[in-house]
Parts: sequence; C-alpha cells; structure tokens
Amino acid sequence: MKKFALAGNPNAGKTTLFNTLTGATAHVGNWPGVTVDKREGVYKKFGDPISILDLPGIYSLSPYTPEEVISRNYILNENPDCIINIVDATNIERNLYLTTQLLEIDVPVVVALNMMDEVKKSGVEIDVKLLEEKIGLPVVSISALHGEGVDELMKKAYEASKTKRQGKTVLENSELVHLIGDCKIALDGLGVKDSLFHAVKLVEMDELEVAAHPQPTKVVEEFKKTFKDDTFGTDFDAIVADARYKYITKHYTKAVKKSVTKGKDKNTKSDKADKIITHKIWGIPIFLAILFVVFHVTFSENFLFLGWLLGDWTSLSGTAFEGLFGDGALASPGVVLFNLMDIVTATVIEWVNAGLETLGASEWAIGLLCDGVLGGLAGVLSFLPQILVLFLLFSILEDTGYMARVAFILDRLFRKFGLSGRAVMPMIMGFGCSVPAMVNTRTLLDQKERTTTIRVIPFFSCGAKLPILTAVSGAIVMKFGVGNADVITYGMYVIGIICAIVSVILMRATTQKGDVTPFIMELPTYRKPQTTSLLLHVWDKLKHFLEKAFTIILASTVIIWIVSHFDWNWHFLPDEDIDKSILAGVGSLIVPLFTPLGFGSQLSNWAWVFGVAAITGLIAKENVVATFSALAACIVSGFVDSQEGVSSVVQMIETTGATIPALLAFITFNMTTIPCFAAVATAKLESPDKKTFTNTLVFWLATSYVVSMMVYVIGTWLWTAFIFAGIWAVVFVLIRLHSKGKLFNRKVKK
Amino acid sequence: MKLKLSQLEIGKSATVNFVAGEGKIRRRLFDMGITPGTEVFVRKKAPLGDPIEITLRGYEVALRKTEASIVTVEEIQ
Repeated sequence: MKKFALAGNPNAGKTTLFNTLTGATAHVGNWPGVTVDKREGVYKKFGDPISILDLPGIYSLSPYTPEEVISRNYILNENPDCIINIVDATNIERNLYLTTQLLEIDVPVVVALNMMDEVKKSGVEIDVKLLEEKIGLPVVSISALHGEGVDELMKKAYEASKTKRQGKTVLENSELVHLIGDCKIALDGLGVKDSLFHAVKLVEMDELEVAAHPQPTKVVEEFKKTFKDDTFGTDFDAIVADARYKYITKHYTKAVKKSVTKGKDKNTKSDKADKIITHKIWGIPIFLAILFVVFHVTFSENFLFLGWLLGDWTSLSGTAFEGLFGDGALASPGVVLFNLMDIVTATVIEWVNAGLETLGASEWAIGLLCDGVLGGLAGVLSFLPQILVLFLLFSILEDTGYMARVAFILDRLFRKFGLSGRAVMPMIMGFGCSVPAMVNTRTLLDQKERTTTIRVIPFFSCGAKLPILTAVSGAIVMKFGVGNADVITYGMYVIGIICAIVSVILMRATTQKGDVTPFIMELPTYRKPQTTSLLLHVWDKLKHFLEKAFTIILASTVIIWIVSHFDWNWHFLPDEDIDKSILAGVGSLIVPLFTPLGFGSQLSNWAWVFGVAAITGLIAKENVVATFSALAACIVSGFVDSQEGVSSVVQMIETTGATIPALLAFITFNMTTIPCFAAVATAKLESPDKKTFTNTLVFWLATSYVVSMMVYVIGTWLWTAFIFAGIWAVVFVLIRLHSKGKLFNRKVKK
Repeated sequence: MKLKLSQLEIGKSATVNFVAGEGKIRRRLFDMGITPGTEVFVRKKAPLGDPIEITLRGYEVALRKTEASIVTVEEIQ
C-alpha cells in the first residue's frame, strides 16, 4: 500500500483535508514516546488503497518542538511515497517557508493550495500555473472544507508517487551555495540519503544534524573562519532562513495578484471582530461572559433565568418525562440531555430488574447486574451528555480561533505564576471535567508546564464535585443553622483556586522548575466553525474519554458494589447491611488516618462512614453522595433521601457527631484529592514517564491531606492559623533561597 | 531611528533590522518570518499590556515583550 503524508503549518486546514480524504477509516493514536496525536487513515477512491498519515502542524523542520522532530524523522526515515504539502493560500508567504524545506528532500511533493475560495473572496488572485512553474512542484488549488479539487490533488499525488524526485534548494543564489555543495558531497561519500536536506541542515548547524554527522561539520566550521556577511556575520542559521524568505518574496509571491479595489482592507470582518474581542477594556469581561455562557448552557438548572420570569411550567409531573426539562425552571440543554439519559438508563435498569425477578434470579445476581454492572454503565453514561456539550462548546471556541486569543489576553497574568497563557483553557475546562481538561494540555509546549497544569486541574472543582458541595454545605446549614450553603460552596471553589495557585508557584520553583516557555504564537484569522470538522473534533475527544473512562469506571463500580455487598465470608448482604461488609471492615481499619482531618476516630459512632465515602470518591466523585445515601439507609431502616443527599448527610452528622470544621475538611479533601479513576487514567496517558505519574498521585493525596487538615485544625482552634501562617512563610522563604542557590551552597546554572 | 520591537508604539510600522539572542527563540522568530528586512506593524497590546500582536507577511503573530526586545527594528516614518 502506498503511503502519503500530509505536512503543513498549523491552521492550514490539514486536519480538515485529512478527514475529507479518509472519512470513517481515520483513527487517532500517539506517536511513540510523546503525547502528540498521530492520525492515520485510508484513501479508497482509487482501486489501490492509499494510507494517509497526518503529520503534526509545523512551521519548519527545525529540531525545536516535538512536532517538528516527529515530522522530520517520519519524512526522512519512513519513506513516504508522496508528501502532500498543504498551504494556506490566504497566508501564502509564511506557509511556503516550510515548502522550501520539503523541496530539499528526495521525496515527491505535491502542493495543495487550500482556502482558495476565501482568497478569491478577498479580491486576491493566485496564478496557480505560474506558482507551479516557480516552485517546480505540482500545485493544486483546493478547498478542503468543501471537498473541491481534492480528487485532482490525489490524482496528481498518485502520479507523483510513481516518479523519483531529486531534492533541490532555493538557496542556489546564496553565498552559502558552495558550502552546501561541499557538505552534500561529503554526505554522499558517507552514503547518506536525502543528502541535500542534511547538507543544508548541517550548514545551519542544526543540533540533530551535528550530532548525526560530526565529520562534515568540520567543513562548515572551517568555512566559518573565512567567511563574513555584512548583516549576519557567520550566523548561517540566520542566513539560510533569510534566504528562504527572500526567495519566496522574490519568486513565488509574483503569482499573487491583489486587485486594487478589495485588496487593501483584507479580512475586515475578522479584524473588526478582533478589535472588540481582544479590546483593552472589554477583552477580559468578554472572556468571562463567554465562560459564563459555556457553563450556563452545560450545567444550569435555570436556563436563561426563565425560571424567575415564568414560574413552574416545565416539571411535566405525573408523566414519564417528569423532570426532563427541569423542575421549577427550564433546564439548560446540557441538563436536559443529562435528565434524558437518566430517565433512559433508569427505565432500562427497571426493566432488567423486573425481568430478572420474574425469571427468579437470586437477589445477589440481580444486585450485581442491576446495581453493579448496569449502575456502573449508567454512571458513565450520565457524564456523557454534559461532557459532550462542553466538548462541543470548547471545540467551537477552538475552531473559531478564539482559544488563541484567550492565551493572548491572559498570558501576562499566568506568567506571574510561571505558566504561559496557553494553560488558561485546560484549567478552565477543569471546572467542567478534568478528563478533557488534561487532554487539552497538549497545547502546552513545555513538558514541565504540562505536568504542572495537569496536577492542578483537579483543584478547579469539576461538575461531579458539585453535588458533594451542595449536599454537605446544605446539611451544615440545616443541622447547625449557621452560614449560607451558597457561600460555603463558593468558598470551596475559592479554596480550590488558591490551592492551584500555591501549587503552581511551589512546583515551578522546585520539581517542575523551568523558564516560562517563549510565547510566539500565530493568531489565526477568525473563521466560522464548520459542522463536519466540529463533529469530528468532538468525536476525537469523546473517544479518548469513552475508551478510558468506560472500562475504568465500570470496573471500579462493580468492585465497589461487590465489597459493599459481601462480608469477609463472601455472604451476600442486602443494601441495609452495608455495615457488615468488607468495605466497612476496611473503612474501620483506616479510621485513624482521617483523625487529623476531623472525620476519624474522634467521631462517636460509625466513624468509618466518612472515610469510606472519601475512598469511594477517589474512584468517581458521584460515589460520595451515593455512599452517604446507602449508609443512611442502613443506619435508619426505611430512610429515603429526598433532598439530593442533604438529609443523608444530616443523618450522618447526627449519628457520628461530626463538627462543622470536620465537614468542611471533608469537602476540602474531596475537592483537592485524586479526582476520579478516569482522570487518573488520563493523567497516566498524558505523563511523560511512570515516575511523573506516580508523583502526580502522591501530590494529589498529600495536598488534599495537608489542606483539609489545615481546614479542620484552624476551624477548630482558630489560633493555630498563626502557626500555619508561620510554617508557610518559612516554606516560601526556603524555596526562594533554594531557587536562588543560597541554600546548601548549591550552585545555580546560568 | 533604531529601536527594539518591544518599544515600537501601537499603530507604527517598522523594518526588522537585526535579531539578537540565540538558539530556540531566535530560530522560532526566523521560522515565523521575522527576518531582517521584513516589514512589521504593531497592531495592539493585550489588555494587561503584554504580549503584543504584530502583523507581518500578511498574518498576525503574538509575542511577549521579552521576545520582542531581542528584535531591533527601524521605524518607517
């Protein structure tokens, strides 16, 4: 099977073309050793199927980003039969810079001039024939989005793949041409393939090249001694880049003709939009407003605040769809889908339950299947609608080009903490769900920055933690008659954010130390998001979630069900006997662990309930409130929770005698600890090595332990706040000294 | 008048004169088309004053003042 590779700049429409070519055959994997997406698929329109590989978006074949190294190694070592170089016609000058580098490799290359429809609209004409002549490669104008010209492109690529091509360089008029020639001869002598490409890279003194071919490097060094350029000195790297761009402006852009009438005000719509979106004063409020809309559409139970205007008209009480569109107010699309999924899964489980009962299945078999397996499935599926909506909305923001602007707007703020503006979006997505948020850290360039961001994402309390917050804070207000449930909830969000900021500062000063990565980022033209590419985008992300979350959450709910429904002699226990279960036994053993947090041995009865709830919460945060309800039912027989966990928690407080600080510590622990197994699996996938991943787990457990202990201790004995303040002050000072190299007489590398 | 790209006022155009520094950042600037002789136009600053957005070769790029300060430009009057 022939292999074609797609290469091009980011935002050139490469992925759209890839999707058009491969359709349903596409699958996404990882390049070995790095977390960069690897997309492969098959083009089937010819009798001969062709494998298509989408290389990561790159500006150059330098060795400075993992994407560049991957693309370069692939093209040089894997012998693709043809490279399809996709070029954004609206931004032709910079896009052709990569083309001048691909030109030097001995592989057939076809240039796909994308977005020609947009170019025409803006009043610019590109003479494709002339461009083809100048570059010396086949050029096909296409619109990847509308599928125009794609068949012709593939035909040309197929023809090209049957030929052999000799690399050629645009540096032929450069003062370095002889040096390149000498290097090429030296490399040919060594039997190196693609010698022209390697020769040019050698002249540039490219890191990878110098390491691979030390001998010819000497030729370059010798030449340097005799050479001097007026502008660049002996800076060959600069001379080469400059020569490429000069060649492009001198020869290629001749083919671009701007018509006088429209040419001047290019992209006016995009420019106008940008003026408002990144406005000096309005930029940040607009960002906050967009975020509000995203979360409102996904999570709000009072969509568009219609509940205040219209009153209760959505409950559909008494019908099969009770609660679908909300209760007392219109629910947001995300919540409607959530309710719908809930109704469907509950009905299915009910049917299966009834069916098994008529068949006379034993109680434990029904329990295992309905509560364990199907309950677990329902648990995973219940996430799905809201994650889907969230993915969709974030994908829209990404496809329009807004995400890049967010990084631009907030970079300054984030740099203060040692991160770049690109870390903003993953963190904000964390308020929705940690899993997609962690996947989204791929936009960060630096590994240490990524690890830091992944570690603090759980502190941005996700949707699944909200029920814990409302149940426990509601119970505190109800039982003790103090405070306001909303204030407690918001306070917890704030604690999470403070944890994140402190952790970032600490990590960037110690284990994840590193300079803030350079921020040189293209701001793509605003574009209308296109349905097909949007759907593919969402599907890509969703697949990640499904593959990981499904297996893990399902397995864990089954395990939890088993250990909470069997005793140590493997006798089945009905729901209300959970206190005799293996889970309760394990829970009692670990009670002392939670004593410093206020929900351990100091509780009078049933001391293990909070510990068990916290542990089930490590698997999925939904489990916490569910565990409370199950346990409440087993403390008081016939207990039914009517207020989304609040009355269960009140029951727990009455039975155990937990104090307010202990309850606050309990929420804090849940907020800052391992978020769920799905997130753990994602963190593992996104970590560079095993050690980093293990440290991430330790970090989460340690942070939650320390922070919730502080909440409990300070909440109980206020004066201890001064002690903690003192400890933290010392920690900060020590870290400052350490990073300046003043501690232990350590020398700091400059 | 020669000055650093980071010092160029909003709405002003200039020609790139020289790119200092070394390694990664410098190479990136070249790859993005910031080479001597290129005309650049400072479009705006981010709401918090940094990074800046510049137009060159028909497209927009954002860079921090730290990176912009290694680029020497000559203002076009």
